[in-house]
Amino acid sequence: MSAVVEVRGLRKIYPLDGNEVIALAGIDVALAPGEFVAVMGPSGSGKSTFMQIVGLLDSPSAGTYRFEGNDVSTLHGDERADIRSRRLGFVFQSYNLLSRTSALENVELPMVYAGVPESRRRQIAVEKMELVGVAHLQKHNPNQMSGGQQQRVAIARSLVNDPGLILADEPTGALDTKSSADVMQILQRLNREQGITIMLVTHEPEVAAYARRVVTFRDGRIVSDAQNVDRAA
Amino acid sequence: MTLAATLRLALQALVRNKIRSLLTMLGIVIGVAAVIVTVAIGAGARASVQNSINSLGSNLIVVQPGSVTQSGARSGFGGASTLTPDDGLAIAKLPGVASVSPQVTIRTQVVAGENNWQTTVTGVAPTYTFIRSWPLAAGRFFGESDLAGSAKVAVLGATVVQQLFPDGQSPVGATIMVKGAPFTVIGTLAPLGQSGMGQDQDDTVIVPYTSAMERLTGLTTVNALLVSAANSSEIDAVQQSLTALLEQRHRITPSQPDDFQVRNLQSIAQAASQTGAVMEFLLAGVAAVSLIVGGIGIMNIMMVSVTERTREIGLRMAVGAHAKTILSQFLTESIALSTIGGLAGVCIGALATILVASIAHWPTTIPAQWVVASVLFASMVGIFFGYYPAQKASRLNPIDALRFE
Repeated sequence: MSAVVEVRGLRKIYPLDGNEVIALAGIDVALAPGEFVAVMGPSGSGKSTFMQIVGLLDSPSAGTYRFEGNDVSTLHGDERADIRSRRLGFVFQSYNLLSRTSALENVELPMVYAGVPESRRRQIAVEKMELVGVAHLQKHNPNQMSGGQQQRVAIARSLVNDPGLILADEPTGALDTKSSADVMQILQRLNREQGITIMLVTHEPEVAAYARRVVTFRDGRIVSDAQNVDRAA
Repeated sequence: MTLAATLRLALQALVRNKIRSLLTMLGIVIGVAAVIVTVAIGAGARASVQNSINSLGSNLIVVQPGSVTQSGARSGFGGASTLTPDDGLAIAKLPGVASVSPQVTIRTQVVAGENNWQTTVTGVAPTYTFIRSWPLAAGRFFGESDLAGSAKVAVLGATVVQQLFPDGQSPVGATIMVKGAPFTVIGTLAPLGQSGMGQDQDDTVIVPYTSAMERLTGLTTVNALLVSAANSSEIDAVQQSLTALLEQRHRITPSQPDDFQVRNLQSIAQAASQTGAVMEFLLAGVAAVSLIVGGIGIMNIMMVSVTERTREIGLRMAVGAHAKTILSQFLTESIALSTIGGLAGVCIGALATILVASIAHWPTTIPAQWVVASVLFASMVGIFFGYYPAQKASRLNPIDALRFE
């Protein structure tokens, strides 16, 4: 089976005030199906840029990116949007749920753009909400839920199109310790029980400890790539 | 995404901000409602002028006696007693004249059995029903033989029938007393309603003008000559030739003022409808300005909305919305705002029109083409002023949009 993500010589250069800022200076890495990888590094290390490229929100300046076996390095806006819609799930630090919109409708949103028929949308959304333990919050609006509940709704949303990869960008950054542990346990369980490939971006070692593999960035390069022996078992 | 799904998204977004959506629509609502009310009143007034003119007979030319000066005091029009039935007969021979009827009017009391009623007795020729395009309700109208014999026959207007024969039985064959003379009722007229001046046209008793002159007024002159032109294009020509004829018959030299006055209702109607058309164009202009102001309001709110919902847009893009989908979502929102505003404006305008009609008793008509045009124009305002904000939304970079605070 081909790798979910496979990048070779990936570079990203931003123009800034006439100078060039090198965000990624040649990355080579691959994610196999079923992996749970934490990407770590201080701010400015390039880990966010890496996640944006892997998440097809941005395109590389040089190098190749193969997603599920296909070269996606040079795709354009709508083609990238289609892959995001069908094969990728996103979990953000700030949840990004639509306000004044019920949890159920929030979870259904990606399926609206993927063209899933309405009756099926509801069924799948309820199913995924049950999976992360928020089925009882279907009618609640985001402002009626705690941060931990909102993040779990956001995780349910990332699952609805059965993505090949979930990208979690600092998913616990806005949560207290207890909620953080809950959210990370859910991600861990999804990875172990459903075999979902997850890439987690964080700067907290406690959070990264839930992953099976930790890749560390510094100055636009990978400085370490190790299996997480403590918890991998 | 299907059109229905896009529309649904847009409506959901509008419902989430009910108060703001309502306030944004308000400009369009007021603009369209104003258009509907003013057009309805204008069109109603025009229709009623046209109607009353048509009810008088569309090709009608009215000749009335002119003013006379007695001991230095000038009477008004109609003061002179100069028109005779013979003038009418002479006019009838002019080319382009379809028919002529002298008209003698006198206000008097009429009696039928125990009921009596003061009304206008009108003496005319048998051509009168044709000139006025006034159909009969029952019985017959008098003919040339009745005219020649000054027959004591009468045809009653609907109001007189109601007042003299309130129990509903047919008055045809009954005898009524007019100024002491018995007249046999031979027919009744269909109701015409109010004239353009608000007079009840049905409040009249019609008799042959010969009978009226001999038995009621005792005069040899008439109050008016009603002339019907053969068709509307000949009205002006007929008016000129009959003026010349009457001047000759009345021996009026070019230095003297005419002792009669000729009025042509078609030209009055045309002037009225031209004024109405100018008013409608002015109204359309005012309406267009108010709708454009409403459109600017929509654009303003859509710009705020796009900025406020930057993160929402970023998220929608991240989960797979195409740029075009975002564009159509925001464009649909502004079109929905303006179209719903337009429809609401039509409803409010229609209600206000009904209110005006019932309180002020003004005749009103809501022309369907104005309803359609104002709603369409409102929608176009939505497209025009919604495009820029929608395009701005669709061009956002999802990464920046998701980070926007």
